[in-house]
Order: sequence, then C-alpha cells, then structure tokens
Amino acid sequence: MNRLLEPFQFPFMTDAMIVGAAVGAVCAVLSCYLVLKGWSLMGDAISHAVLPGIVVAYAIGLPLAVGAFASGLLCAVLTGFIKANSRVKEDTVMGVVFTGLFAFGLVLFTKVRSDLHLDHILFGNILGLEPGDLRNTVVVAGAVLAVVLALRRDLLLFCFDPTHARTVGLKNGILYYLLLTLLAVTIVVSLKAVGIILVIAMLVTPGCIGYLLSDRFSVMLAIAVASAVGSSLGGVYVSFFLNASTGACIVLLQAGVFLAALIGAPKHGLLAARRRTSGPRSETAPATTEV
Amino acid sequence: MPPAAAPNDLPLGIDVAGVNVTYANGHLALRDATFALAGGTICALVGVNGSGKSTLFKAIMGIVVPAAGRVRIAGLPVAQALKRNLVAYVPQSEEVDWSFPVSVWDVVLMGRYGHMGFLRIPRAEDRRIAEESLARVGMLEFRERQIGELSGGQRKRVFLARALAQRARVILLDEPFTGVDVNTELAIIALLRELRAEGHIMLVSTHNLGSVPEFCDQVVLINRTVLACGPTAEVFTEENLLRAFGGVLRHFRFDESTVQNHDGRAVTLLTDDERPLVFGKGGHVEYRERAGREDVVKKRAEGEGDV
Ligand SMILES: Nc1ncnc2c1ncn2[C@@H]1O[C@H](COP(=O)(O)OP(=O)(O)OP(=O)(O)O)[C@@H](O)[C@H]1O
Ligand SMILES: [Mg+2]
Repeated sequence: MNRLLEPFQFPFMTDAMIVGAAVGAVCAVLSCYLVLKGWSLMGDAISHAVLPGIVVAYAIGLPLAVGAFASGLLCAVLTGFIKANSRVKEDTVMGVVFTGLFAFGLVLFTKVRSDLHLDHILFGNILGLEPGDLRNTVVVAGAVLAVVLALRRDLLLFCFDPTHARTVGLKNGILYYLLLTLLAVTIVVSLKAVGIILVIAMLVTPGCIGYLLSDRFSVMLAIAVASAVGSSLGGVYVSFFLNASTGACIVLLQAGVFLAALIGAPKHGLLAARRRTSGPRSETAPATTEV
Repeated sequence: MPPAAAPNDLPLGIDVAGVNVTYANGHLALRDATFALAGGTICALVGVNGSGKSTLFKAIMGIVVPAAGRVRIAGLPVAQALKRNLVAYVPQSEEVDWSFPVSVWDVVLMGRYGHMGFLRIPRAEDRRIAEESLARVGMLEFRERQIGELSGGQRKRVFLARALAQRARVILLDEPFTGVDVNTELAIIALLRELRAEGHIMLVSTHNLGSVPEFCDQVVLINRTVLACGPTAEVFTEENLLRAFGGVLRHFRFDESTVQNHDGRAVTLLTDDERPLVFGKGGHVEYRERAGREDVVKKRAEGEGDV
C-alpha cells in the first residue's frame, strides 16, 4: 500500500503531475479544433520547427521559449506564403518546411556549444522541472485556456463554415492567425512535459477520443480534457514505477484510451459499426441459417 | 412576420458593376459582370459548370475581392453590409462537413452570431428567433439531431433556417434543389415566395431549368460574364439559353423524337440536369431519336389510327 503512495512523497512527482495536467488540458482543448479543422499536420510542423529557435535563443541569450515560439510561427507563416505563391499543395509545403527547419536545428545544435540536452528537448523532461517552470506553465496554460474558451464559439464556426462566419461579420483572417498563435504557444509550454517529437500526440489524440465518443462539441471538449488530464496524471505516476520516459508514458496511455474509444465507442466505434451492418441482415435471414 | 428588426432603412438592392475576378492561379473567372436587383425578387442564376456562379456569390460576400469593379448591397460596400447582417448564404451540400459535432439547433443559433455579443451567448430573443426559424422550415422536432443524421432535403432546410435566423435581407442559395425530392423543393419554393413578399432578395443558382419560370421572376444568365439579366419572360428564352450553354444543354426536339403527328411546329425541351422523361400523347414513353425506333413509330402510328 505504502509503495503505491510513494510517488506522492516526492515534490518533483507532484510538480510533474500538476504541469502534466495543465499541459494536458490546454492541448486537449486545442486538439478539438485541430481535429475538426484538419490541422494535425500543422501541429506536427510547428512543433518540429521550434528546434532551431531554441538553439538560436540559447546562443544569443534569449529565453528559450521566445525562440521556440518565433521559429514555430515562422514555419506556419512560411508555409502559408509558399502555398499562396506556388502550385505546391499545403501539406506538401509543410512537410518540406518543417523537416527543413528541424534538420537546420539539429545541425545548429552540434555547432553551438551548450549544456542543453538534446533528448530533453526531443522527449521532454518533466521530472526535472526548474524553479519557476511550474508557475510559468500553469499561468501560460491558463491564459491560453481562457482565450480559447472565451472565443470557443467563434473558433468553432470558423472551423465549421468560414463562409457563414464571414457573413455574420467574424474576421476569419484574425481567427486563423489567432489559432496558429495559440497553437504555437501551447506547443512551447508543452515541450517541457513531452518534447518536440511527442507533443503532436497531445494535440491530436484527445480531440480524436472526444470526436469518437460524442456528437456535441461541448461534450467532445469535456471528454478530450478529461482523457488528457487523466492520461497525464496516470503517465507521470506509472513512469515512476516503470522508470521509463514520462512523456512516452503519458502518450502511451492516451493512445490506449483512443484505442478503447475506437473499438468500443457506443455510436461511432468499430463494434457499433459492426452491430449496425450485421443487425438488419440477421433480421431478414432465416434463423436456421445462423450458425 | 415583418422582415425583422431590419438593421437599416436603406432601400434594399444588389448592385454588381463591372466586376472582374481573377483567382490566384491566374484564371479569370468573371469579366465585367454587371447586373442589379431590387428588393422583393427571386432571381435565378443560371449557367454551365464553371461559368462563375459560385464565384459571383463569393464576390457578393467579399470572399474573393474583385480585381476591378464593385459590389454594393443596399448602397453599402460589402464589408459594411456584412456587419449589418444583410447577407446570408445557404451552401451547396458538398461544402458542408456533415460529420461535424454540431446539432441542428447549434447550426441555427450560428445564424444569430452577428446579433450576439462578444462571447456569443444566446439571449432569450436569439432562442426565440432560432426556434421560430426552425419551425418555419418544419424542422423543430429535429433540433437535437446531429446534422449528419438528416436526409438531403432536411439538411437543406436546416441551413435555410439558419439564413432565416440571421434575419438577412439578401439570401444567396447555391444549388438548393440538388438531391431534394419534389415535396421539399415545393416547400422551399413556397418559403422563398413568402420571403419575396416580405421584400427580400433571393439569388438562387440552379441547374433545374424547368422550375426557373415557375418561381423566379428574374434571371441572370452567366458564362464567365453576365450574358443577360432581367425579367424571366424576357431573358429566359431559347435563344439566350442556347447562348449561355453553348450547345451543352440536353436538347429534345419533338420532330426528331418518336412523338406522333408533327405539324411542323416543333416543341423543344431544354435541360441542363438529368435526362427528362417525356410521355407522349398516348401516355407512353417517348424516345429522343426516331432513328432505330422505326418499329415503335410504326406501331404507334397504327394505334393512333384507332383514335
Ligand atoms: N479557388 C479557385 N482557384 C482557381 N480557380 C478557381 C477557384 N474556384 C473556382 N475556380 C475556377 O473558376 C471558374 C468558375 O468557378 P465557379 O465555382 O464559380 O463555377 P460554378 O458556376 O459555380 O460551377 P458549378 O455549376 O460547377 O458549381 C471555374 O473555371 C473554376 O475552375
Ligand atoms: Mg458552384
């Protein structure tokens, strides 16, 4: 029994749980919009593109988060610019731009002498929070959450029907850049917890879980947040015993919930789909042929 | 129902003058498009695929910015007209993501966003108008359904209800009759007539040529520019239609068909849609070509002898 409560005795564990929950919640809320807007790749692109920004910020003595945010946003804007001015499709452009920026970051990293750990940047280091990390994460995550929740109906309409959004006087251009900016900020605050490689999971999976389990946006949002916060708490806790990468444990738990929802969701799950297709058939088929 | 708390008292009208639209790939989709409509009209927008109907809608909503010319709604530039909720758009079905997690009620409330505050929290007034709009299209009992769980005709009516809830004075409908059965089509037409009586402007793009004279009092013929516009009786002529469609219409001339007893005054049937089904005098199906159907013609000629 004591062994199970052991993780809670360590401040670094409880801090990690709080940070994980905050990051999980804010990522989950954004993931609902990303999934509905079809922006998963955009999330992946921005997260990879932050690497050169981190290295440059370190080299010139800026806060790492500022560099990360700037280069993440640069990737999104560059993608939009190339797409508008060439015949190449958006997802293709994004694939080129973000891998290019990521590779540039990797090269820079080996050329700039630093005491940064590449694996902490790539996979997160939530058990090694520095003083102030906890407060910063909670404040920034809270601010993003407040903005998204205040504008949640406008953002939803922007994703659902931009044409109608325009006719009722919404500013689609502003909403587009706002969503991009919120995404970049969220990715930057999540890096500590899960790192560049895995943050996309936090930005897609909870939304998918909500989408599978509900036909109402507000319910989808609640399910996404609950599953993400639960996975974060569980992931941090489990990693203590497994002695495995905490970020990976969080993402793995989310993937497990997703799998359960994919199979067992009451209406949109695979089992429900099978029941539906086999239902009418067994009604019309004579009982004797059923074996 | 009066046409609602009309946000202004300017005389309603659409004025499109010399509009050119060029897409980013350099394609000139509209050239020198000019027409004007005044309040209280149902106007058909007719043209082949790719003639620029949807592009014209986008120009009226300011989604594409004309390279030349201007669009005015009730005398106002587009941006100001949109601020006053003057324009509503009923999208083509293919444009909507039907698996989106919103209910019928959510969609209709979206029509009220322009009237709500910053946080878009519906007031009692918004709920009342949304409810009334849903009732008007006969969809109130479906309000809790997810939008994908509706039939094609029901989906159309939900988006019409959204336009009603918006209390717009100009309603743009992009092919509202595709995938809709006759009853729903009649219900939609009846509603459009009521709105016309209330002074609205409806601009309806359609490939349903047969129903245009039945419910549209004006027509805009379009083929990368406005070819003709005006009252249906003047504009919707065989000559103009052949010009607008450049020979791609299904053409059904009865003196070449299996219809009996021609007297030289041929009847022509034009359609842009599916093949029309034509029944002849005896109630039997007529075929487009006489060639290859000589036996049918002969048999029916004998049959007519009895009458
Ligand atoms: N986003 C775009 N970029 C480039 N060209 C476009 C774009 N949208 C439309 N076009 C082109 O502009 C022309 C007009 O298109 P539009 O969609 O207005 O036609 P339409 O009359 O609505 O046709 P339909 O009857 O098929 O709906 C077409 O040739 C089309 O290929
Ligand atoms: Mg079109």
